[in-house]
Amino acid sequence: MRAPRRSLRRDRGVDPVPWWQKIFVAVVGLYFILPTLFVIPMSFSTASTFQFPPRGFSLKLYENFFTNQVWLTSLRNSVLVALLAALLATVAGTAAALGLHRLTGRMARFARTLLMVSIVTPAIVLAVAVYISFLKWHLVGTVTGYVLAHAAIGVPFVLVSVTSALGGFDPRLLRASASLGAPPFRTFLRVTMPLISRGILTGAIFAFVTSFDEVVIALFLRAPGFQTLPVQMYNSVTVEIDPTIAASSSLVVTAVTAVCLVLQFVGRRRKS
Amino acid sequence: MNTPDPARWRGPSPRWLLLVPALALLAAILLLPLGQSLFRSVGQGDWTLDHYARLFTDGVTLRVLARTAVTAAVVTVIAFALGYPYAYVMTRVGPRMRGVLLVIVLIPFWTSVMARNFAWIVILQREGPVHSFFRLFGLDVVLYGSVAGVTVAMSQVLLPFMVLPLFSALSGIDRRLLLAARGLGSHPLVAFWKIYWPLSRGGVVAGLILVFTLSLGFYVTPALLGSPKESLVAQLLGQRTTQLLDFAGAGALGMLVLVVTLVLVAWANRFGGTISAIGVVAAAPVKDRT
Repeated sequence: MRAPRRSLRRDRGVDPVPWWQKIFVAVVGLYFILPTLFVIPMSFSTASTFQFPPRGFSLKLYENFFTNQVWLTSLRNSVLVALLAALLATVAGTAAALGLHRLTGRMARFARTLLMVSIVTPAIVLAVAVYISFLKWHLVGTVTGYVLAHAAIGVPFVLVSVTSALGGFDPRLLRASASLGAPPFRTFLRVTMPLISRGILTGAIFAFVTSFDEVVIALFLRAPGFQTLPVQMYNSVTVEIDPTIAASSSLVVTAVTAVCLVLQFVGRRRKS
Repeated sequence: MNTPDPARWRGPSPRWLLLVPALALLAAILLLPLGQSLFRSVGQGDWTLDHYARLFTDGVTLRVLARTAVTAAVVTVIAFALGYPYAYVMTRVGPRMRGVLLVIVLIPFWTSVMARNFAWIVILQREGPVHSFFRLFGLDVVLYGSVAGVTVAMSQVLLPFMVLPLFSALSGIDRRLLLAARGLGSHPLVAFWKIYWPLSRGGVVAGLILVFTLSLGFYVTPALLGSPKESLVAQLLGQRTTQLLDFAGAGALGMLVLVVTLVLVAWANRFGGTISAIGVVAAAPVKDRT
Protein backbone atom coordinates (compact mmCIF):
# COMPACT_ATOMS: atom_id res chain seq x y z
CA MET A 1 0.00 0.00 0.00
CA ARG A 2 2.75 2.41 0.90
CA ALA A 3 4.84 2.16 -2.22
CA PRO A 4 2.32 3.49 -4.80
CA ARG A 5 1.38 6.39 -2.55
CA ARG A 6 4.98 7.43 -2.21
CA SER A 7 5.53 7.29 -5.95
CA LEU A 8 2.41 9.40 -6.50
CA ARG A 9 3.70 12.03 -4.13
CA ARG A 10 7.08 12.04 -5.82
CA ASP A 11 5.36 12.38 -9.18
CA ARG A 12 3.56 15.45 -8.01
CA GLY A 13 6.73 16.89 -6.55
CA VAL A 14 8.61 16.54 -9.83
CA ASP A 15 5.71 17.52 -12.03
CA PRO A 16 3.31 19.82 -10.15
CA VAL A 17 0.24 21.55 -11.58
CA PRO A 18 1.44 25.04 -12.58
CA TRP A 19 -0.25 28.06 -10.93
CA TRP A 20 -1.77 29.36 -14.16
CA GLN A 21 -3.53 26.04 -14.70
CA LYS A 22 -4.91 26.23 -11.17
CA ILE A 23 -6.28 29.72 -11.83
CA PHE A 24 -7.79 28.59 -15.12
CA VAL A 25 -9.54 25.68 -13.43
CA ALA A 26 -10.83 27.94 -10.65
CA VAL A 27 -12.32 30.32 -13.24
CA VAL A 28 -13.97 27.47 -15.20
CA GLY A 29 -15.26 26.03 -11.91
CA LEU A 30 -16.79 29.40 -11.09
CA TYR A 31 -18.52 29.40 -14.47
CA PHE A 32 -20.02 25.97 -13.63
CA ILE A 33 -21.57 27.21 -10.39
CA LEU A 34 -22.27 30.83 -11.42
CA PRO A 35 -26.07 30.54 -11.91
CA THR A 36 -26.50 28.71 -8.60
CA LEU A 37 -24.67 31.54 -6.83
CA PHE A 38 -27.16 34.12 -8.13
CA VAL A 39 -30.39 32.28 -7.39
CA ILE A 40 -30.35 32.33 -3.60
CA PRO A 41 -29.52 36.03 -2.96
CA MET A 42 -32.21 36.99 -5.48
CA SER A 43 -34.84 35.15 -3.46
CA PHE A 44 -34.51 37.55 -0.50
CA SER A 45 -34.99 40.70 -2.57
CA THR A 46 -37.73 43.21 -1.91
CA ALA A 47 -37.71 44.54 -5.47
CA SER A 48 -40.58 43.84 -7.84
CA THR A 49 -38.19 43.33 -10.76
CA PHE A 50 -35.25 41.02 -11.47
CA GLN A 51 -32.70 43.73 -10.59
CA PHE A 52 -29.27 42.69 -9.36
CA PRO A 53 -27.83 43.25 -6.81
CA PRO A 54 -31.12 42.53 -5.00
CA ARG A 55 -32.59 45.35 -2.93
CA GLY A 56 -33.20 44.95 0.81
CA PHE A 57 -33.76 41.70 2.64
CA SER A 58 -37.09 40.04 3.22
CA LEU A 59 -38.96 36.78 3.01
CA LYS A 60 -41.65 38.42 0.91
CA LEU A 61 -41.05 36.23 -2.13
CA TYR A 62 -41.24 33.05 -0.08
CA GLU A 63 -44.42 34.31 1.55
CA ASN A 64 -45.80 35.01 -1.90
CA PHE A 65 -44.87 31.55 -3.12
CA PHE A 66 -46.60 29.79 -0.22
CA THR A 67 -49.73 31.95 -0.22
CA ASN A 68 -50.38 32.52 -3.92
CA GLN A 69 -52.87 29.97 -5.22
CA VAL A 70 -51.33 29.82 -8.71
CA TRP A 71 -47.86 28.93 -7.42
CA LEU A 72 -49.19 26.48 -4.84
CA THR A 73 -51.42 24.68 -7.33
CA SER A 74 -48.53 24.40 -9.79
CA LEU A 75 -46.30 22.96 -7.07
CA ARG A 76 -48.98 20.45 -6.08
CA ASN A 77 -49.50 19.44 -9.73
CA SER A 78 -45.77 18.96 -10.20
CA VAL A 79 -45.45 16.75 -7.13
CA LEU A 80 -48.47 14.69 -8.16
CA VAL A 81 -47.27 14.20 -11.75
CA ALA A 82 -43.70 13.44 -10.66
CA LEU A 83 -44.81 10.86 -8.07
CA LEU A 84 -47.08 9.00 -10.49
CA ALA A 85 -44.60 9.24 -13.38
CA ALA A 86 -41.76 7.99 -11.16
CA LEU A 87 -43.90 5.09 -9.94
CA LEU A 88 -44.84 4.05 -13.47
CA ALA A 89 -41.29 4.49 -14.79
CA THR A 90 -39.84 2.53 -11.87
CA VAL A 91 -42.16 -0.45 -12.30
CA ALA A 92 -41.74 -0.56 -16.09
CA GLY A 93 -37.99 0.15 -15.98
CA THR A 94 -37.22 -2.39 -13.24
CA ALA A 95 -39.22 -5.09 -15.00
CA ALA A 96 -37.40 -4.33 -18.25
CA ALA A 97 -33.99 -4.42 -16.57
CA LEU A 98 -34.79 -7.81 -15.02
CA GLY A 99 -36.09 -9.08 -18.36
CA LEU A 100 -32.97 -7.96 -20.20
CA HIS A 101 -30.50 -9.02 -17.52
CA ARG A 102 -27.75 -11.17 -19.05
CA LEU A 103 -29.46 -11.41 -22.40
CA THR A 104 -26.95 -10.80 -25.15
CA GLY A 105 -28.76 -11.70 -28.36
CA ARG A 106 -29.49 -9.28 -31.17
CA MET A 107 -33.12 -8.87 -30.06
CA ALA A 108 -32.02 -7.98 -26.53
CA ARG A 109 -29.53 -5.45 -27.81
CA PHE A 110 -32.20 -3.94 -30.03
CA ALA A 111 -34.69 -3.74 -27.15
CA ARG A 112 -32.09 -2.08 -24.92
CA THR A 113 -31.23 0.54 -27.56
CA LEU A 114 -34.92 1.17 -28.18
CA LEU A 115 -35.55 1.75 -24.48
CA MET A 116 -32.66 4.24 -24.31
CA VAL A 117 -33.70 6.21 -27.39
CA SER A 118 -35.68 8.85 -25.50
CA ILE A 119 -32.49 9.96 -23.77
CA VAL A 120 -30.95 11.18 -27.03
CA THR A 121 -34.16 12.39 -28.69
CA PRO A 122 -34.20 16.20 -28.56
CA ALA A 123 -36.89 17.20 -26.04
CA ILE A 124 -38.47 19.66 -28.48
CA VAL A 125 -38.92 17.03 -31.21
CA LEU A 126 -40.58 14.69 -28.74
CA ALA A 127 -42.67 17.50 -27.23
CA VAL A 128 -44.05 18.60 -30.59
CA ALA A 129 -44.89 15.04 -31.69
CA VAL A 130 -46.46 14.16 -28.34
CA TYR A 131 -48.45 17.41 -28.32
CA ILE A 132 -50.04 16.79 -31.73
CA SER A 133 -50.87 13.16 -30.94
CA PHE A 134 -52.21 14.06 -27.49
CA LEU A 135 -54.48 16.69 -29.06
CA LYS A 136 -56.20 13.87 -30.91
CA TRP A 137 -56.26 11.58 -27.89
CA HIS A 138 -57.60 14.39 -25.63
CA LEU A 139 -54.64 14.08 -23.28
CA VAL A 140 -53.36 17.69 -23.46
CA GLY A 141 -53.70 19.41 -20.09
CA THR A 142 -54.57 16.19 -18.24
CA VAL A 143 -52.75 14.45 -15.41
CA THR A 144 -52.76 11.23 -17.45
CA GLY A 145 -51.05 12.96 -20.36
CA TYR A 146 -48.34 14.49 -18.18
CA VAL A 147 -47.77 11.24 -16.28
CA LEU A 148 -47.49 9.08 -19.42
CA ALA A 149 -45.10 11.47 -21.16
CA HIS A 150 -42.90 11.93 -18.10
CA ALA A 151 -42.89 8.21 -17.29
CA ALA A 152 -41.67 7.48 -20.84
CA ILE A 153 -38.66 9.78 -20.44
CA GLY A 154 -38.00 8.40 -16.92
CA VAL A 155 -37.71 4.74 -17.97
CA PRO A 156 -34.10 4.95 -19.29
CA PHE A 157 -32.83 6.31 -15.96
CA VAL A 158 -34.43 3.43 -14.04
CA LEU A 159 -33.21 0.92 -16.63
CA VAL A 160 -29.59 2.12 -16.34
CA SER A 161 -29.47 2.24 -12.55
CA VAL A 162 -31.22 -1.12 -12.03
CA THR A 163 -29.06 -2.75 -14.71
CA SER A 164 -25.94 -1.53 -12.97
CA ALA A 165 -27.25 -2.79 -9.61
CA LEU A 166 -27.88 -6.19 -11.24
CA GLY A 167 -24.25 -6.24 -12.36
CA GLY A 168 -23.14 -7.49 -8.97
CA PHE A 169 -26.03 -9.90 -8.63
CA ASP A 170 -25.25 -13.61 -8.37
CA PRO A 171 -27.82 -15.58 -10.42
CA ARG A 172 -27.08 -18.73 -8.40
CA LEU A 173 -29.12 -17.14 -5.61
CA LEU A 174 -32.21 -17.51 -7.82
CA ARG A 175 -31.52 -21.20 -8.24
CA ALA A 176 -30.90 -21.56 -4.52
CA SER A 177 -34.19 -19.87 -3.75
CA ALA A 178 -36.07 -21.97 -6.31
CA SER A 179 -34.53 -25.18 -5.03
CA LEU A 180 -35.80 -24.28 -1.56
CA GLY A 181 -39.29 -24.17 -3.03
CA ALA A 182 -39.92 -20.45 -3.51
CA PRO A 183 -42.08 -19.52 -6.51
CA PRO A 184 -40.52 -16.90 -8.86
CA PHE A 185 -42.47 -13.93 -7.52
CA ARG A 186 -41.59 -14.77 -3.92
CA THR A 187 -37.95 -15.11 -5.00
CA PHE A 188 -38.15 -11.65 -6.54
CA LEU A 189 -39.63 -10.10 -3.39
CA ARG A 190 -37.37 -11.84 -0.89
CA VAL A 191 -34.08 -12.25 -2.78
CA THR A 192 -33.73 -10.09 -5.86
CA MET A 193 -35.45 -6.94 -4.69
CA PRO A 194 -33.53 -6.41 -1.42
CA LEU A 195 -30.27 -6.88 -3.31
CA ILE A 196 -31.06 -4.35 -6.03
CA SER A 197 -33.14 -1.99 -3.87
CA ARG A 198 -30.56 0.76 -4.05
CA GLY A 199 -30.59 0.65 -7.85
CA ILE A 200 -34.38 0.80 -7.85
CA LEU A 201 -34.44 3.68 -5.37
CA THR A 202 -31.80 5.64 -7.32
CA GLY A 203 -33.72 5.11 -10.55
CA ALA A 204 -37.00 6.16 -8.91
CA ILE A 205 -35.47 9.37 -7.58
CA PHE A 206 -33.95 10.23 -10.96
CA ALA A 207 -37.29 9.59 -12.63
CA PHE A 208 -38.99 11.82 -10.05
CA VAL A 209 -36.51 14.67 -10.45
CA THR A 210 -36.57 14.38 -14.25
CA SER A 211 -40.34 14.74 -14.27
CA PHE A 212 -40.43 17.42 -11.57
CA ASP A 213 -38.01 19.59 -13.52
CA GLU A 214 -39.16 18.80 -17.07
CA VAL A 215 -40.24 21.93 -18.86
CA VAL A 216 -40.30 21.47 -22.65
CA ILE A 217 -42.98 18.77 -22.90
CA ALA A 218 -44.81 20.40 -19.98
CA LEU A 219 -44.97 23.70 -21.89
CA PHE A 220 -46.73 21.99 -24.79
CA LEU A 221 -49.10 19.93 -22.64
CA ARG A 222 -50.19 22.86 -20.44
CA ALA A 223 -53.77 23.96 -20.36
CA PRO A 224 -55.38 26.87 -18.48
CA GLY A 225 -56.68 24.38 -15.91
CA PHE A 226 -53.49 22.39 -15.43
CA GLN A 227 -49.84 23.36 -15.43
CA THR A 228 -46.73 22.31 -13.53
CA LEU A 229 -44.28 24.37 -11.51
CA PRO A 230 -41.62 24.76 -14.26
CA VAL A 231 -44.36 26.03 -16.58
CA GLN A 232 -45.46 28.59 -13.97
CA MET A 233 -41.81 29.61 -13.59
CA TYR A 234 -41.61 30.01 -17.36
CA ASN A 235 -44.72 32.19 -17.31
CA SER A 236 -43.27 34.30 -14.53
CA VAL A 237 -40.33 35.40 -16.70
CA THR A 238 -42.18 35.65 -20.02
CA VAL A 239 -45.75 36.76 -19.37
CA GLU A 240 -45.70 38.30 -15.90
CA ILE A 241 -42.47 39.75 -14.53
CA ASP A 242 -42.88 38.02 -11.19
CA PRO A 243 -39.79 37.77 -8.95
CA THR A 244 -41.48 34.97 -6.98
CA ILE A 245 -39.58 32.74 -9.41
CA ALA A 246 -36.46 33.52 -7.35
CA ALA A 247 -38.01 31.93 -4.25
CA SER A 248 -39.29 29.00 -6.29
CA SER A 249 -35.86 28.53 -7.91
CA SER A 250 -33.94 28.52 -4.65
CA LEU A 251 -36.43 26.09 -3.10
CA VAL A 252 -36.10 23.70 -6.06
CA VAL A 253 -32.31 24.00 -6.21
CA THR A 254 -31.98 23.40 -2.46
CA ALA A 255 -34.35 20.41 -2.53
CA VAL A 256 -32.67 18.75 -5.52
CA THR A 257 -29.18 19.33 -4.11
CA ALA A 258 -30.27 17.86 -0.77
CA VAL A 259 -31.70 14.78 -2.49
CA CYS A 260 -28.51 14.27 -4.53
CA LEU A 261 -26.28 14.66 -1.47
CA VAL A 262 -28.41 12.21 0.54
CA LEU A 263 -28.24 9.79 -2.36
CA GLN A 264 -24.44 10.07 -2.50
CA PHE A 265 -24.19 9.64 1.26
CA VAL A 266 -26.53 6.62 1.36
CA GLY A 267 -24.67 5.11 -1.58
CA ARG A 268 -21.32 5.46 0.09
CA ARG A 269 -22.46 4.10 3.43
CA ARG A 270 -24.04 1.03 1.85
CA LYS A 271 -20.94 0.29 -0.16
CA SER A 272 -18.52 0.45 2.74
CA MET B 1 -35.69 -32.78 -12.72
CA ASN B 2 -33.99 -29.62 -11.62
CA THR B 3 -35.71 -26.27 -11.72
CA PRO B 4 -35.13 -24.07 -14.78
CA ASP B 5 -32.25 -21.69 -14.31
CA PRO B 6 -33.45 -18.22 -15.27
CA ALA B 7 -29.94 -17.17 -16.19
CA ARG B 8 -29.51 -20.01 -18.62
CA TRP B 9 -33.00 -20.17 -20.07
CA ARG B 10 -32.94 -19.83 -23.86
CA GLY B 11 -35.67 -19.50 -26.43
CA PRO B 12 -39.04 -17.76 -26.11
CA SER B 13 -39.26 -17.34 -22.38
CA PRO B 14 -41.66 -15.57 -20.03
CA ARG B 15 -38.79 -13.20 -19.26
CA TRP B 16 -39.66 -11.27 -22.39
CA LEU B 17 -43.03 -10.53 -20.81
CA LEU B 18 -41.16 -8.34 -18.31
CA LEU B 19 -40.36 -5.99 -21.19
CA VAL B 20 -44.00 -5.46 -22.08
CA PRO B 21 -44.81 -2.50 -19.79
CA ALA B 22 -41.72 -0.51 -20.77
CA LEU B 23 -42.08 -1.26 -24.48
CA ALA B 24 -45.81 -0.46 -24.41
CA LEU B 25 -45.12 2.90 -22.75
CA LEU B 26 -42.37 3.62 -25.22
CA ALA B 27 -44.52 2.64 -28.19
CA ALA B 28 -47.43 4.81 -27.06
CA ILE B 29 -45.51 7.91 -26.03
CA LEU B 30 -42.44 7.85 -28.24
CA LEU B 31 -42.80 5.67 -31.30
CA LEU B 32 -46.46 6.27 -32.13
CA PRO B 33 -46.32 10.11 -31.94
CA LEU B 34 -43.03 10.20 -33.83
CA GLY B 35 -44.44 7.75 -36.38
CA GLN B 36 -47.56 9.86 -36.82
CA SER B 37 -45.35 12.90 -37.17
CA LEU B 38 -43.36 11.18 -39.91
CA PHE B 39 -46.60 10.09 -41.61
CA ARG B 40 -47.93 13.65 -41.61
CA SER B 41 -44.67 14.98 -42.99
CA VAL B 42 -44.98 12.80 -46.10
CA GLY B 43 -48.54 13.88 -46.89
CA GLN B 44 -50.74 11.52 -44.80
CA GLY B 45 -50.81 8.80 -47.45
CA ASP B 46 -50.54 11.05 -50.50
CA TRP B 47 -46.81 10.37 -50.49
CA THR B 48 -45.19 13.67 -51.21
CA LEU B 49 -41.88 15.18 -50.20
CA ASP B 50 -43.22 18.74 -50.63
CA HIS B 51 -42.98 19.49 -46.92
CA TYR B 52 -39.31 18.56 -46.95
CA ALA B 53 -38.69 20.54 -50.13
CA ARG B 54 -40.38 23.52 -48.51
CA LEU B 55 -37.81 23.47 -45.69
CA PHE B 56 -35.11 24.30 -48.21
CA THR B 57 -37.07 26.76 -50.32
CA ASP B 58 -39.08 28.86 -47.85
CA GLY B 59 -36.08 31.08 -47.16
CA VAL B 60 -36.57 31.03 -43.38
CA THR B 61 -35.79 27.45 -42.37
CA LEU B 62 -32.38 27.31 -44.05
CA ARG B 63 -31.30 30.55 -42.39
CA VAL B 64 -32.45 29.29 -38.99
CA LEU B 65 -30.74 25.94 -39.55
CA ALA B 66 -27.50 27.70 -40.47
CA ARG B 67 -27.74 29.95 -37.39
CA THR B 68 -28.40 26.90 -35.20
CA ALA B 69 -25.41 25.04 -36.65
CA VAL B 70 -23.11 28.06 -36.15
CA THR B 71 -24.34 28.55 -32.57
CA ALA B 72 -23.84 24.85 -31.82
CA ALA B 73 -20.33 25.02 -33.31
CA VAL B 74 -19.39 28.06 -31.19
CA VAL B 75 -20.79 26.39 -28.04
CA THR B 76 -18.77 23.28 -28.88
CA VAL B 77 -15.54 25.27 -29.35
CA ILE B 78 -16.05 27.14 -26.06
CA ALA B 79 -16.84 23.91 -24.21
CA PHE B 80 -13.72 22.31 -25.67
CA ALA B 81 -11.44 25.27 -24.90
CA LEU B 82 -12.60 25.33 -21.27
CA GLY B 83 -13.26 21.61 -20.84
CA TYR B 84 -9.96 20.14 -22.08
CA PRO B 85 -7.70 21.98 -19.63
CA TYR B 86 -10.22 21.35 -16.84
CA ALA B 87 -10.30 17.60 -17.54
CA TYR B 88 -6.50 17.60 -17.88
CA VAL B 89 -6.01 19.19 -14.46
CA MET B 90 -8.56 16.75 -13.00
CA THR B 91 -6.22 13.90 -13.95
CA ARG B 92 -3.29 15.66 -12.29
CA VAL B 93 -4.55 16.58 -8.81
CA GLY B 94 -4.88 14.38 -5.73
CA PRO B 95 -7.95 12.23 -5.13
CA ARG B 96 -9.67 14.66 -2.76
CA MET B 97 -9.29 17.66 -5.07
CA ARG B 98 -10.43 15.47 -7.97
CA GLY B 99 -13.61 14.68 -6.03
CA VAL B 100 -14.25 18.39 -5.50
CA LEU B 101 -13.68 19.17 -9.19
CA LEU B 102 -16.02 16.34 -10.18
CA VAL B 103 -18.82 17.62 -7.91
CA ILE B 104 -18.39 21.08 -9.47
CA VAL B 105 -18.74 19.52 -12.95
CA LEU B 106 -21.96 17.82 -11.90
CA ILE B 107 -23.54 21.00 -10.47
CA PRO B 108 -25.03 22.14 -13.81
CA PHE B 109 -26.76 18.71 -13.93
CA TRP B 110 -28.29 19.33 -10.53
CA THR B 111 -29.43 22.88 -11.07
CA SER B 112 -33.06 23.06 -12.13
CA VAL B 113 -33.62 24.13 -15.74
CA MET B 114 -35.85 27.08 -14.95
CA ALA B 115 -33.73 28.18 -11.98
CA ARG B 116 -30.63 28.17 -14.15
CA ASN B 117 -32.23 30.07 -17.01
CA PHE B 118 -33.69 32.57 -14.57
CA ALA B 119 -30.24 33.11 -13.11
CA TRP B 120 -28.83 33.74 -16.59
CA ILE B 121 -31.55 36.32 -17.23
CA VAL B 122 -30.49 38.09 -14.03
CA ILE B 123 -26.80 37.90 -14.92
CA LEU B 124 -27.09 38.97 -18.55
CA GLN B 125 -29.97 41.49 -18.39
CA ARG B 126 -29.66 45.24 -19.06
CA GLU B 127 -28.20 46.90 -15.90
CA GLY B 128 -27.20 43.39 -14.76
CA PRO B 129 -23.71 42.37 -13.55
CA VAL B 130 -22.30 41.58 -17.00
CA HIS B 131 -23.63 44.81 -18.51
CA SER B 132 -22.18 46.80 -15.59
CA PHE B 133 -18.87 45.01 -16.00
CA PHE B 134 -18.62 45.93 -19.67
CA ARG B 135 -19.54 49.53 -18.87
CA LEU B 136 -16.45 49.81 -16.68
CA PHE B 137 -14.58 49.69 -19.95
CA GLY B 138 -16.97 52.07 -21.67
CA LEU B 139 -18.68 49.31 -23.65
CA ASP B 140 -22.46 49.08 -23.92
CA VAL B 141 -22.87 45.33 -24.35
CA VAL B 142 -26.11 43.61 -23.36
CA LEU B 143 -25.93 39.85 -23.90
CA TYR B 144 -29.56 39.26 -22.93
CA GLY B 145 -31.72 38.96 -26.03
CA SER B 146 -28.87 37.92 -28.33
CA VAL B 147 -27.39 34.72 -29.68
CA ALA B 148 -24.22 35.56 -27.74
CA GLY B 149 -26.13 35.38 -24.45
CA VAL B 150 -27.70 32.08 -25.49
CA THR B 151 -24.22 30.77 -26.31
CA VAL B 152 -22.83 31.70 -22.89
CA ALA B 153 -25.70 29.97 -21.08
CA MET B 154 -25.64 26.87 -23.29
CA SER B 155 -21.87 26.42 -22.96
CA GLN B 156 -22.18 26.37 -19.19
CA VAL B 157 -24.75 23.59 -19.06
CA LEU B 158 -23.10 21.51 -21.82
CA LEU B 159 -19.57 21.68 -20.38
CA PRO B 160 -20.08 18.49 -18.32
CA PHE B 161 -20.74 16.57 -21.54
CA MET B 162 -17.31 17.70 -22.73
CA VAL B 163 -15.43 17.27 -19.45
CA LEU B 164 -16.67 13.77 -18.54
CA PRO B 165 -15.74 11.87 -21.74
CA LEU B 166 -12.46 13.83 -21.84
CA PHE B 167 -11.68 12.97 -18.23
CA SER B 168 -12.29 9.30 -18.89
CA ALA B 169 -10.02 9.43 -21.96
CA LEU B 170 -7.25 11.51 -20.33
CA SER B 171 -7.07 9.48 -17.13
CA GLY B 172 -6.19 6.43 -19.25
CA ILE B 173 -3.05 8.08 -20.62
CA ASP B 174 0.27 7.08 -19.07
CA ARG B 175 2.06 10.30 -18.19
CA ARG B 176 5.40 8.52 -18.08
CA LEU B 177 5.32 8.67 -21.89
CA LEU B 178 5.68 12.46 -21.57
CA LEU B 179 8.57 12.09 -19.16
CA ALA B 180 10.20 9.66 -21.58
CA ALA B 181 9.79 12.13 -24.46
CA ARG B 182 11.31 14.92 -22.38
CA GLY B 183 14.10 12.66 -21.27
CA LEU B 184 14.88 12.14 -24.95
CA GLY B 185 15.23 15.90 -25.35
CA SER B 186 11.78 16.93 -26.53
CA HIS B 187 10.33 20.33 -25.64
CA PRO B 188 7.28 19.94 -23.29
CA LEU B 189 4.90 21.45 -25.86
CA VAL B 190 6.21 19.17 -28.60
CA ALA B 191 5.89 16.17 -26.29
CA PHE B 192 2.30 17.18 -25.55
CA TRP B 193 1.44 17.64 -29.20
CA LYS B 194 3.10 14.48 -30.49
CA ILE B 195 2.23 12.09 -27.64
CA TYR B 196 -0.51 13.27 -25.30
CA TRP B 197 -2.84 14.91 -27.82
CA PRO B 198 -3.08 11.91 -30.22
CA LEU B 199 -3.83 9.60 -27.29
CA SER B 200 -6.64 11.86 -26.12
CA ARG B 201 -8.28 12.20 -29.53
CA GLY B 202 -11.00 9.56 -28.98
CA GLY B 203 -12.39 11.42 -25.97
CA VAL B 204 -12.04 14.73 -27.81
CA VAL B 205 -14.09 13.56 -30.80
CA ALA B 206 -16.74 12.02 -28.54
CA GLY B 207 -17.05 15.22 -26.49
CA LEU B 208 -17.17 17.47 -29.56
CA ILE B 209 -19.92 15.45 -31.26
CA LEU B 210 -21.91 15.08 -28.06
CA VAL B 211 -21.91 18.79 -27.21
CA PHE B 212 -22.66 19.81 -30.79
CA THR B 213 -25.56 17.35 -31.01
CA LEU B 214 -27.11 18.37 -27.71
CA SER B 215 -26.82 22.06 -28.69
CA LEU B 216 -29.03 21.50 -31.72
CA GLY B 217 -32.12 20.69 -29.64
CA PHE B 218 -32.07 23.51 -27.04
CA TYR B 219 -35.46 25.14 -26.67
CA VAL B 220 -35.90 26.90 -23.31
CA THR B 221 -32.57 28.71 -23.23
CA PRO B 222 -32.91 30.38 -26.67
CA ALA B 223 -36.59 31.07 -26.03
CA LEU B 224 -35.84 32.91 -22.77
CA LEU B 225 -32.42 34.46 -23.41
CA GLY B 226 -32.44 34.89 -27.17
CA SER B 227 -34.52 37.02 -29.46
CA PRO B 228 -37.45 35.98 -31.67
CA LYS B 229 -35.67 37.71 -34.53
CA GLU B 230 -32.74 35.34 -34.20
CA SER B 231 -34.55 32.12 -33.40
CA LEU B 232 -32.93 28.68 -33.40
CA VAL B 233 -34.40 25.55 -34.93
CA ALA B 234 -36.19 24.37 -31.76
CA GLN B 235 -38.07 27.68 -31.51
CA LEU B 236 -39.03 27.44 -35.17
CA LEU B 237 -40.34 23.94 -34.53
CA GLY B 238 -42.42 25.10 -31.57
CA GLN B 239 -43.72 28.13 -33.46
CA ARG B 240 -44.77 26.05 -36.49
CA THR B 241 -46.68 23.73 -34.20
CA THR B 242 -48.49 26.03 -31.77
CA GLN B 243 -48.78 29.29 -33.70
CA LEU B 244 -48.90 28.37 -37.38
CA LEU B 245 -50.57 24.97 -36.80
CA ASP B 246 -48.43 23.73 -39.71
CA PHE B 247 -48.26 20.16 -38.35
CA ALA B 248 -46.92 18.68 -41.59
CA GLY B 249 -44.16 21.26 -41.87
CA ALA B 250 -43.30 20.86 -38.19
CA GLY B 251 -43.22 17.09 -38.73
CA ALA B 252 -40.74 17.41 -41.59
CA LEU B 253 -38.50 19.79 -39.62
CA GLY B 254 -38.71 17.57 -36.53
CA MET B 255 -37.74 14.49 -38.54
CA LEU B 256 -34.77 16.35 -40.00
CA VAL B 257 -33.53 17.36 -36.53
CA LEU B 258 -34.15 13.86 -35.16
CA VAL B 259 -32.29 12.10 -37.99
CA VAL B 260 -29.31 14.46 -37.75
CA THR B 261 -29.21 13.93 -33.97
CA LEU B 262 -29.40 10.13 -34.16
CA VAL B 263 -26.75 9.94 -36.88
CA LEU B 264 -24.38 12.13 -34.86
CA VAL B 265 -25.02 10.16 -31.65
CA ALA B 266 -24.37 6.87 -33.45
CA TRP B 267 -21.15 8.39 -34.78
CA ALA B 268 -20.05 9.57 -31.32
CA ASN B 269 -20.84 6.09 -30.06
CA ARG B 270 -18.08 4.70 -32.24
CA PHE B 271 -15.60 6.71 -30.19
CA GLY B 272 -16.98 5.27 -26.96
CA GLY B 273 -18.15 8.64 -25.76
CA THR B 274 -21.88 8.49 -25.68
CA ILE B 275 -22.40 5.33 -23.73
CA SER B 276 -20.23 6.50 -20.86
CA ALA B 277 -21.77 9.97 -21.03
CA ILE B 278 -25.25 8.48 -20.94
CA GLY B 279 -24.16 6.44 -17.96
CA VAL B 280 -23.20 9.69 -16.30
CA VAL B 281 -26.47 11.24 -17.33
CA ALA B 282 -28.18 8.42 -15.54
CA ALA B 283 -25.90 8.79 -12.58
CA ALA B 284 -26.88 12.43 -12.23
CA PRO B 285 -30.17 13.66 -13.57
CA VAL B 286 -29.56 15.90 -16.51
CA LYS B 287 -32.03 18.62 -16.70
CA ASP B 288 -31.71 20.61 -19.78
CA ARG B 289 -31.69 18.83 -23.00
CA THR B 290 -33.90 21.75 -23.76
